[in-house]
Amino acid sequence: MSTSITGHSAIDDLPDPEGHGPHEGDRASTSRWGDRLFGGAAKASGLFVVLLVTLVGLFLIVQAVPSLLNNEANFLTSTEWVPSGAEPRFGIAALLWATVITSVIAMLIAVPLGVAVALFITEYAPSWLSKPAAVIIDLLAAVPSIVFGFWGLTIAGQYFQPVQDFLAGTFGFIPFFKDSGFSAKSTLAFAGIILAFMILPIITAISREVFNQVPTPHKEGALALGATKWEMIRTAVLPFGKPGVISGAMLGLGRALGETLAVMILLSTLNPSAPWSFSIFNGGETFASKIALNAGEFDSPQKTGAYIAAGLVLFILTFIVNSIARVVINRRKAFSE
Amino acid sequence: MKTTRLAQLASLAVVGSMALAACGSDNTTGSTSAEGSSSSASASESAATECFSGTLNAEGSSAQKNAIEEAIASYGEACKDAKLNYNPTGSGAGIKQFIAGQVDFAGSDSALKTEGKDGAQSEAVAAEAFCGSPAWNLPMVTGPIAIAFNVKGVDKLTITPAVAADIFSGKITTWNDAKIAEINKGVTLPATAIKVFFRSDESGTTENFTKYLKAAAPEGWTADASKKWTGAGEGKEKSAGVAEGVKSTDGGVTYVEWSYAKDNKLGIASVDNGAGAVELTGESVGKAVAVAEQAGTGNDLALKLDYATKEAGAYPIILVTYEIVCSKNKDAEKGKNIKAFLKHFASTDVQKGLEEIGYAPLPKEVEDKVLTAIDALS
Amino acid sequence: MSTVTHVGEESTRAKAVTLPDMGGKSSGRAIKDQAARIVMWSAFVIACVPLVWILVSTLLKGGHMLASVDWWTLSQNGITARREGGGAAHAIQGTLIQGAVTALMSVPIGVLTAIYLVEYGRGRFAKAVSFMVDILTGVPSIVAALFIYALWVTTFGFQRVPFAVTLALVLLMIPTIVRSTEEMLKLVPNELREASYALGVPKWKTIVSIVLPTAFSGIVTGVLLGLARVMGETAPLIILGPYTKSMASNLFDGLMGTLPTMINQDRTEALQPAVDRVWGAALTLILIVFVLNLLGRFLGRFSKVS
Repeated sequence: MSTSITGHSAIDDLPDPEGHGPHEGDRASTSRWGDRLFGGAAKASGLFVVLLVTLVGLFLIVQAVPSLLNNEANFLTSTEWVPSGAEPRFGIAALLWATVITSVIAMLIAVPLGVAVALFITEYAPSWLSKPAAVIIDLLAAVPSIVFGFWGLTIAGQYFQPVQDFLAGTFGFIPFFKDSGFSAKSTLAFAGIILAFMILPIITAISREVFNQVPTPHKEGALALGATKWEMIRTAVLPFGKPGVISGAMLGLGRALGETLAVMILLSTLNPSAPWSFSIFNGGETFASKIALNAGEFDSPQKTGAYIAAGLVLFILTFIVNSIARVVINRRKAFSE
Repeated sequence: MKTTRLAQLASLAVVGSMALAACGSDNTTGSTSAEGSSSSASASESAATECFSGTLNAEGSSAQKNAIEEAIASYGEACKDAKLNYNPTGSGAGIKQFIAGQVDFAGSDSALKTEGKDGAQSEAVAAEAFCGSPAWNLPMVTGPIAIAFNVKGVDKLTITPAVAADIFSGKITTWNDAKIAEINKGVTLPATAIKVFFRSDESGTTENFTKYLKAAAPEGWTADASKKWTGAGEGKEKSAGVAEGVKSTDGGVTYVEWSYAKDNKLGIASVDNGAGAVELTGESVGKAVAVAEQAGTGNDLALKLDYATKEAGAYPIILVTYEIVCSKNKDAEKGKNIKAFLKHFASTDVQKGLEEIGYAPLPKEVEDKVLTAIDALS
Repeated sequence: MSTVTHVGEESTRAKAVTLPDMGGKSSGRAIKDQAARIVMWSAFVIACVPLVWILVSTLLKGGHMLASVDWWTLSQNGITARREGGGAAHAIQGTLIQGAVTALMSVPIGVLTAIYLVEYGRGRFAKAVSFMVDILTGVPSIVAALFIYALWVTTFGFQRVPFAVTLALVLLMIPTIVRSTEEMLKLVPNELREASYALGVPKWKTIVSIVLPTAFSGIVTGVLLGLARVMGETAPLIILGPYTKSMASNLFDGLMGTLPTMINQDRTEALQPAVDRVWGAALTLILIVFVLNLLGRFLGRFSKVS
């Protein structure tokens, strides 16, 4: 069983060992009505999926454009958000910052941790533990986002306060760690940490799969040359698994960018007159949390359009990140074939 | 192997829960644990409650959510066949759905607007057009907004509109500021930093609170009243968020519905509008409602609240939620049902029970007017 | 940490690795190797902390709710945040109904798309489909919900009904099913197909009666795992499916309560009965998702092809 709960399997992307194309059956029987019908239905489903993604983009664009045309502020650089009224002014700069910085924090934690856990499962864990360990990490992905958020806010958050106080106290002269007077459970930094654990299973699952694919001769060769286990991993496993790790990280990043409920529950928002700050101990709103928080207020097309425009940017962001993940894997395919 | 056994057990559990869910019912009143505090009151009252069988749907203000749910619960105990749904999606949404005929009545924190925006039909006109008769605003639930604080060592605090405006706009930053000390003689105020929490979602509470600041302290609070916060502070989601924020932060202060301040055991400031400090009680709130002018005519009981009121003993920061109904319903049966429920809602017993959950009962004179209007519904 | 490392050293694999190298290594390299081992073990322990912590706190705070029969049989109709009692049957039922309907719509599309990719697809179009499936995998749930909102509410002018929620969930479930089915179909030995063709069985019949049955349990696994993912989704529910406290089973009219929206509703109350219900609903939701997950894995073991 190599199915992962991430819905994405690195195995698909690895070169087929025997170099199979699609399974050929055309010579066996052609042009029967049953085949045409069934093949047609299969193709139609494929077409449906293509259409679906196209429609998502199209609908978001169509509904966002009228609002964007009315927008009196620069959509990309403004930090204001007053989407309704005669002169709507809204921009995504603040949303983009919060979205990117929480995701970056999540990645900084989750990528090394995820790779280490994957190495643990594939190389270090005693054989009785290897499978259960993989299941346990996968189950982490089964904890609903809303539960993560509620748990973070009501239980785990308070334990981050000393960490934040220490960092802000010691490195507060760096704008990045400046104390902004926000309680620790509601800052970008803590939201990033929670996100890290939410995307950890994705990164682990995909890294694990590629590490399992490392040809045994490579590994044994390294060991035979007198390498320690760690040296074997560094010289044989990691280089082989690198594209897989990168694509897993990208998929994790895509998830982190769009994660909604946990972030919405945790983050404190800034007041409209708050000065711009680069501090990770500040509050803020991500694209997803802003949209979800204001879902009850979609009462005019202008306002709805502004939020849909924010959603469109998020869609484009995740589209780019996921495409990169795909390209990285494909390159490797081309390389190893 | 462990996982296998676990999976078997768990699959049993899922099948079991599906079966249970399939035969589940809405009949919560049959359970022994569901007996609430008000059940005895409503049992004795049930003889007087007019029952109907059928469904009523209402939508609107989230400010009155707890109050109307309580009323629905007690009505349901008396009348088993009546099914009432209230969907707290917000005042604007409620009015919209009401005019579109999607719900039977709406709950709104402001009366139907009589002036249309940008040449469009006004809400009142649109509602009348839908009803085929004037739509009435019936004040039903009074929700005071508390200025709730958490300052170590301070349990009594008085605030004037000017000081409130300065605190919430970030001009005063510590609790021992001279301006606060001046109106709180005899209270030892610490040098703790003031941490303002505000509602990050758009909310009627924010709108009413800023309306109050704007009306009572026009010099200190210059921004227009709006559903979106324009002052200082840290944004938290919904009333629960701001209340929790204050609770977990020394020096925290917020504006929040009374019930949340009480439930979280936060300090509640007395407000001095110029005629002495007024504590937040059901009575002081009722007084503010009683002195409000009636803006509507006849049985349309839209009120004009005076936030700057200097009436002695009246707590000025309040929010009145109206039930908006057609005076003559096209469906006579529906009209009768609405009438029966609203009568129950406006009754003294139910209104009195509201104080316990953070609302103020309608003062007697307003309650009488509301009951008269309800009697005239059809 | 020491006991943990000890266990690692005892594993046979570890011995096999370290034994032949004993003499030749400088102590620096050996220390590095030990450090790496410790790092990997601690990484795993750290990764387990949140899961264990969440499970323990939900169990402690919500476990007692699930012990009562009412929880499984009653709704919250007529219960307010102030009162105890009532149950989560309406929300459990809503979550199960919406999950089932979502699966009903996603499975045919997902499986057929996978069949297309494995059995028919060639050339640019197949590449495009495969690419779009990947993109769909990455579409955030909030974007899927916004899309359905833009389509269902602002374009068609419909009400927000439970069915709209399932449409958004379909978007999220399709890619999971496509990927897992694809994988299973690829694993079906080509000899089976060839034998069937040799007997003159048409291609579609070969797929329906030979390929799909062989891969069946694997496909079911994929469906269950996909279902586990969408049932815990909350963002589409917040935008498209407002909560209600009463029993509801009509997908096209009115509101339907679900476990995620029940949590979302009750977490805005500070009172103990509501807090209890939040943890109870969270535990119930986690249980359902875990059960589907483990059930999926369990069935996966019976797979004829893997």
